[in-house]
Amino acid sequence: MTDPTEDIPSVDYVEGSGIPIRGNDIDTDQIIPARFMKVVTFDGLGEFAFFDLRFDDEDNEKDHPFNEERFQDSNVMVVNANFGCGSSREHAPQALMRWGIDAIIGESFAEIFAGNCLALGIPTVTADHETINALQQWVDDNPDGEIEVDVRAETVTYGDNEVNVSVDRAQREALVEGNWDTTALMKANQNAIEETASQLPYLDQTRSDLEADD
Amino acid sequence: MSSGTLYDKVWDQHKVTTLPNGQDQLFVGLHLIHEVTSPQAFGMLKERGLEVARPDLTHATVDHIVPTANQDRPYSDDAAETMMAELEENVRDAGIQFSDPTTGDQGIVHVIGPEQGITQPGKTIVCGDSHTSTHGAFGALAFGIGTSQIRDVLATQTIAMEKQKVRKIEVTGELDEGVEAKDIILEIIRRLGTEGGVGYVYEYAGETIENLDMEGRMSICNMSIEGGARAGYVNPDETTYEWLEETDYFQENPEKFEELKPYWESIRSDDDAEYDDVVEIDAGELDPVVTWGTTPGQGIGIDDPIPEPESLADDKVDTARRAQKHMRVEPGETMEGYDIDVAFLGSCTNARLPDLRRAARIVKGREVADDVRAFVVPGSQRVQRAAEEEGLKDIFEEAGFEWRNAGCSMCLGMNEDQLEGDEACASSSNRNFVGRQGSKDGRTVLMNPRMVAAAAITGEVSDVRDLKEVALQ
Repeated sequence: MTDPTEDIPSVDYVEGSGIPIRGNDIDTDQIIPARFMKVVTFDGLGEFAFFDLRFDDEDNEKDHPFNEERFQDSNVMVVNANFGCGSSREHAPQALMRWGIDAIIGESFAEIFAGNCLALGIPTVTADHETINALQQWVDDNPDGEIEVDVRAETVTYGDNEVNVSVDRAQREALVEGNWDTTALMKANQNAIEETASQLPYLDQTRSDLEADD
Repeated sequence: MSSGTLYDKVWDQHKVTTLPNGQDQLFVGLHLIHEVTSPQAFGMLKERGLEVARPDLTHATVDHIVPTANQDRPYSDDAAETMMAELEENVRDAGIQFSDPTTGDQGIVHVIGPEQGITQPGKTIVCGDSHTSTHGAFGALAFGIGTSQIRDVLATQTIAMEKQKVRKIEVTGELDEGVEAKDIILEIIRRLGTEGGVGYVYEYAGETIENLDMEGRMSICNMSIEGGARAGYVNPDETTYEWLEETDYFQENPEKFEELKPYWESIRSDDDAEYDDVVEIDAGELDPVVTWGTTPGQGIGIDDPIPEPESLADDKVDTARRAQKHMRVEPGETMEGYDIDVAFLGSCTNARLPDLRRAARIVKGREVADDVRAFVVPGSQRVQRAAEEEGLKDIFEEAGFEWRNAGCSMCLGMNEDQLEGDEACASSSNRNFVGRQGSKDGRTVLMNPRMVAAAAITGEVSDVRDLKEVALQ
């Protein structure tokens, strides 16, 4: 068994150009329509990000930042409130990541979505409505402008501005320390896991006894 | 046993340790899996050379992509067949019990767990599906997770989580004729907002909740996530225990029932438990609720006018404008009389036996309106069999409904059951997002199952209280 933690970089800092996605309550059905989830891997999901907002019935492009030439190299998405609500599908952040998104700045995020982003090493940092509006406007005016997301310092820097943002504590620790991949971290606590399980009244404790006899 | 809320107690009972990032590592008592969100997790496990830690605490079913009309294998949709085959291989290799369609136990994952008695009070339950909150109706701590977390659970039977706040929602008042659990939760979401529950777990309490049957409690907990709350629960009581006693697990292990009952009693929230927030809802004032927009929070009583977007909170104005344009509704109108093309009676919110019974009382002796496509998709094969045995299938079919096999179906349009073009659907499901039911121009109106039955008969959104109920044999 390889130790997956060896390859896990910390994600305490993301820089790049921005892309504004405006609107509250953008749900995961918008981010990746369910029909594109009939797959057994996440490969290739990038091209389907926001598909129904980007293409009409004849597959003609509609107005959407993901279609705009000037945002094709962008990697920092700037969104509004309750982004990623709805279904728990990890396909949503997977599609965004595979399109090229490395960090998301927004007013607020749905919890499961934020958790899924964390599992992929994508920071979801938050700021108030005015800050986000100003940043979205700046990105519109400066599509090639550099944005720096400092997860450790909880700041976003763009142009001559530095604004404070919030990063959930556990997310910050995980990203900064590079331990956002939890499988190995938790697997290491095998004895404690078994101890907890042995105290659960509803578990059939004979199972572990049987294993111990093996 | 620790003190406080059920949430506190169940959390403490399952806590393994605190991780370096500050999250707690929790033991998972039951891991439910299905074909859409698990294959990638099994793939990640294989890449790392890891095995499924506790196949005995993992249970699989197929629901999202399963066809509800012709289920002959191979499925006519190649992609669906591939996903099913992948799940079959994964569960076989790992030794995971699989309620597949040949067992007679298949169904929507949130319907079959409770049916089989593996959903129990005081368990931690996770599944790669946001409606896992449903299982909280039994006093379980249940939440939806993403695929990377499924990998964690498969590999370790634990999950990393941050503890959340608890909001008690106290519901009082006697429900009016035609008003159901579904209307209560739509009202809660309307009032607290689609993101009002972010950071919270919802405890549903009060006499109205206590008087609900388990199916009603499941409908409410099911849609916790629509209000932003990742989990919702009801403290277990005699209603809960009566349900459990009838399930397979406790029929086969009757001694377990008596053995576990003290644990179930012990995890109930203490009378003096402290909550981070308390909200009171008078359900006695509710009319049947229908949605006018494209988020589950955009609901109104059937007699109420659709709001002017400008009358809503600032952050809701744009969403409301877009929603009204999509739905083609005008402020000031009511939803009553809104033409529908499709009536969908199904989903993990409202496709259990009592849901179908109540709808059948409306449908009996009547006919589905011309030009309306109406169909019933039972939540599970067991619900389907029971409904067929008591004659519900005949009632629906005689009225012109199609009677299908169990699955998620048109709740999310991953199988062949989809809206076409700009069809409008009266739906007993949980999400009215744009595109949710398979067509990006489709229009979804959420409502309770009896209201769906009424809409199917009249061809438009209607007040079910205007249609007389017919006694079933």
